[in-house]
Amino acid sequence: MNLAILVLLPFLGAALPPLAERLRAPRTALALSAALMPALALALLIGPAGQVFEGRTVQDALSWMPSLGLTLAFRLDGLALLFALLVLGIGLLVILYARYYLSANEKAGRFYAFLLLFMGAMLGVVTSDNLLLLVLFWELTSLSSFLLIGFWSHQSAARKGARMALTVTGMGGLALLAGVLLIGQVVGSYSLDQALASGDLIRASGLYPLILVLVLLGIFTKSAQFPFHFWLPHAMAAPTPVSAYLHSATMVKAGVFLLARFYPMLAGTDLWFDLVTLAGMATLLWGAAAALFQHDLKGLLAYSTISHLGLITLLFGLNTELAAVAAVFHIINHATFKASLFMAAGIIDHETGTRDMRRINGLWKYMPYTAVLAMVASAAMAGVPLLNGFLSKEMFFAETLQSSRLGAMSWVLPLGATLGGVFSVAYSARFIHDVFFNGEPVNLPKFPPHEPPRYMKVPVEILVALCVAVGVLPAITVSGLLAVAGSATLGGELPEYHLSIWHGFNVPLLMSVVALVGGVAVYSLRRWLFAQYDRLPAINANLIFEGRVQALARAATALGNTLRNGSLQSYAAWLLALVALVLLVHLSPAAIDGTRGLLPLDGVALLAGAMLVVAALITAVLHRHRVTAIMSVSVVGLVVSLTFVRLSAPDLALTQLSVEVVTVLLLMLAMYFLPVRTRMESGALRVSRDLLLSVVIGGGVGLMAFAMMTSDFQTISGYFLDNAKPGGGGTNVVNVILVDFRGFDTFGEITVLGIAAMGIYALLRDLDLLSARSDSVGRPWARDAHPLVLVTISRPLLPLALLISVYIFLRGHNLPGGGFIAGLITSVALLLQYVASGVEWVHRRMPGDYHPVVAVGLLLAGVTGLGSWFFGHPFLTSTFDHVHWPLVGEFELASAMLFDTGVFLTVVGATLLMLANLGKLSLLDDKKGGA
Amino acid sequence: MEAMVAIMIAVLVGTGVYLVLRARTFPVILGITLLSYGVNLFVFISGRLALDQAPIVGRGPATDPLPQALVLTAIVIGFAMTAFLVVLALRGQGETGTDHVDGDADEGGQR
Repeated sequence: MNLAILVLLPFLGAALPPLAERLRAPRTALALSAALMPALALALLIGPAGQVFEGRTVQDALSWMPSLGLTLAFRLDGLALLFALLVLGIGLLVILYARYYLSANEKAGRFYAFLLLFMGAMLGVVTSDNLLLLVLFWELTSLSSFLLIGFWSHQSAARKGARMALTVTGMGGLALLAGVLLIGQVVGSYSLDQALASGDLIRASGLYPLILVLVLLGIFTKSAQFPFHFWLPHAMAAPTPVSAYLHSATMVKAGVFLLARFYPMLAGTDLWFDLVTLAGMATLLWGAAAALFQHDLKGLLAYSTISHLGLITLLFGLNTELAAVAAVFHIINHATFKASLFMAAGIIDHETGTRDMRRINGLWKYMPYTAVLAMVASAAMAGVPLLNGFLSKEMFFAETLQSSRLGAMSWVLPLGATLGGVFSVAYSARFIHDVFFNGEPVNLPKFPPHEPPRYMKVPVEILVALCVAVGVLPAITVSGLLAVAGSATLGGELPEYHLSIWHGFNVPLLMSVVALVGGVAVYSLRRWLFAQYDRLPAINANLIFEGRVQALARAATALGNTLRNGSLQSYAAWLLALVALVLLVHLSPAAIDGTRGLLPLDGVALLAGAMLVVAALITAVLHRHRVTAIMSVSVVGLVVSLTFVRLSAPDLALTQLSVEVVTVLLLMLAMYFLPVRTRMESGALRVSRDLLLSVVIGGGVGLMAFAMMTSDFQTISGYFLDNAKPGGGGTNVVNVILVDFRGFDTFGEITVLGIAAMGIYALLRDLDLLSARSDSVGRPWARDAHPLVLVTISRPLLPLALLISVYIFLRGHNLPGGGFIAGLITSVALLLQYVASGVEWVHRRMPGDYHPVVAVGLLLAGVTGLGSWFFGHPFLTSTFDHVHWPLVGEFELASAMLFDTGVFLTVVGATLLMLANLGKLSLLDDKKGGA
Repeated sequence: MEAMVAIMIAVLVGTGVYLVLRARTFPVILGITLLSYGVNLFVFISGRLALDQAPIVGRGPATDPLPQALVLTAIVIGFAMTAFLVVLALRGQGETGTDHVDGDADEGGQR
């Protein structure tokens, strides 16, 4: 049986209800569409469940991201089976209940979808066999519960409650993730199976305390343990089916589930005892006492849930096998009676229109059937004999008596347990007496209340029947499931225990009696207690929480506004400052002491270097004198190309030279449109800061360059040098790399070129710019736009330049040249015509539309690459052959040349698209000026 | 020779950084241009310096061709990027009416 499918089913099912809603299905059909997949999953669970009862663990794994240790591994043992049954079984009952709870005008499709999402996430949590996967599903439960709690998003309380729940459980989830990662470090695997088997390793590890605290943070936030309990009462703003499902049986149980799951891994130490028992005891008492003072029906149940979760946590903390079994038992019992109580509270809310117990009184007369159900469930919550709550509570009392960890203070545990029991009886008594008796209802919004629809009671009936059946006949109803779940929790043999109603007269029974009598006594003193409680200063967790959240948000906004002030200039400064910092930190003088021999410096090189330095400095200092700046930049560019010539890079020199020409053209055009005067903007402080940054970065990069040049290295280029001729059919290795070895990179690069050209074209559309009519001192531009000398010289130059370009292109495979350079030379030749004779003159003689050229170039390069597929080679494998042409002689023809043609066309098209369009702007401008 | 190339790179990067930090688009464009020269040279010299060793098969010793191939495309793409930047600056000028890089020269006083 495929467990992955089982987990997937609810997620698939989540799509059905919204679909049904779109098809305007009636409400019952909508609920059925939601119930379909969970029902199917429950049916599919039968097979593996049989194997689990035979004592086997069912496993199933799909590889997902093996490099991260993340596998879609699932695992069904007794504990997982128990929770899967709770999740699916109670989930189905809740869907049935919600059918009647949600009114006709609510978005039921969305509600069911969220519910099923949550169900899938929860199933994932309980069946994951991979720790990372578990955390993933864990976060999914937080997210989907956020959606469910905030379902009535028009209510402020729902939004705030949802946000608080998400914040608290989400932060816990992060802690859990950290803890799980550490477990993975210690164990060496994220497999739950292995981790469970490595308990001794983990407990002996130095990281154990950290792991434990992190994991417990995740657990305590999820299961609302003190001091993280405050989110649960606020989550009661959710629709009641959600409370019945998430806040009794599943989501809050995910925390205690993890306590059980990790029990073999983490339990058994004194630290575990101290942390878990303490948190559990504090939660048990606080929750039980607070529950009594709630006037809201669901508030009472929420605090009671907190208290029962505390009880379960406390049991796990006791570090005895029997206590762990009792904890698992109480998980089952609490899920059944609390879910039914929430549903009953929802019915009462539904029928009376309020949840305020000061107004709901004496409902026995109006809805006796619901009253009976609610009373039985409350009695189970109080731990009355013959009901399931009694059995687990007896075990709980017995276990608190066994612990000796606290030494002379050991009496504290049973005392606390009894006190918790007293309050538990008291608030259960309040739920029964205050709601169903205690005089007449006060001013109900809906009056008179009556019994709910027949089928709304069915889920409650089923759950209450379970409470009674387990309470009366534990041996036949629950013992099998408890045995497999218990042994899975302990990871071994079960201890000796007996599920029976009568254990004889003993101390636990006495404690039960004390709790029952004391609880009734406390309840009878309620008026006095409420009066005392009202005198206490009110603590509204929501206000405190919201206040802190807002303070945090304000601090974040303030910080954000400081850093993100909308100034690109300051972002650039921050970024460069970071670069400077990295350079300062990492550049050590030792690295600069290289071993490689230095090349001699000759006079010409020194002169060229000095020219570059001076020109660059002139550019920086005189950047406001724009023509000077452009000229000095072009000097820099020329020296750079000379450097390439000198340092054995002829291809680069040719490229740099032709790019230099187009760059200067570009800068001239930019200058024409940008404001004539570059204003003095920066103060002395800013200039010195920028100077400091540039000196540090420039110096750092220079030192880095020197360190690199003087150290020996291993190149990977041997392959290229060896195979250029035999494999690529060319002797110019740079060109062969571009069109053959790394052809795919080149293909990507010319694509970028094309995209940049398109982007420029798009940016220039409808751009309305007024250029200056004069230079900075007010002299008008020269009238002579197209000087005769330039025109005369440029025209015969065009065919010559094109010829050179063809030559450079053809020889490119063997000697310096190739598509890039030839393309640039052609572009320059054409641009010269634009400059000399004007856009209109050129466009009268050739089409000015360069998009198709770029497209054809890219297509040609791509198709050449695809061509190699037809010969069974990978993309862009080149082939070549020597042909004999008449007159020319032996000539080599390589498919790479076709690719290079694509490069050539793209470069020409892109360059002209950029510059010609920019130039056309001035045309527009002239027309405007002339008109 | 190595020291001089390093100084060249240092000056190119330094002046480039200084100009990139200016407030108006024209010097920023100049800065980017200088910075690309510096970076291209830096990548190029990762194949170390060599005289008269053009990477052409059959002509004696050859220097490392790979950085050259990288830088060749980088030069072309660098030009495309500069062009894009220029047009972006023009568009910015057209939309906001100022050539300040922040699109708003007056806000916040001195920048």
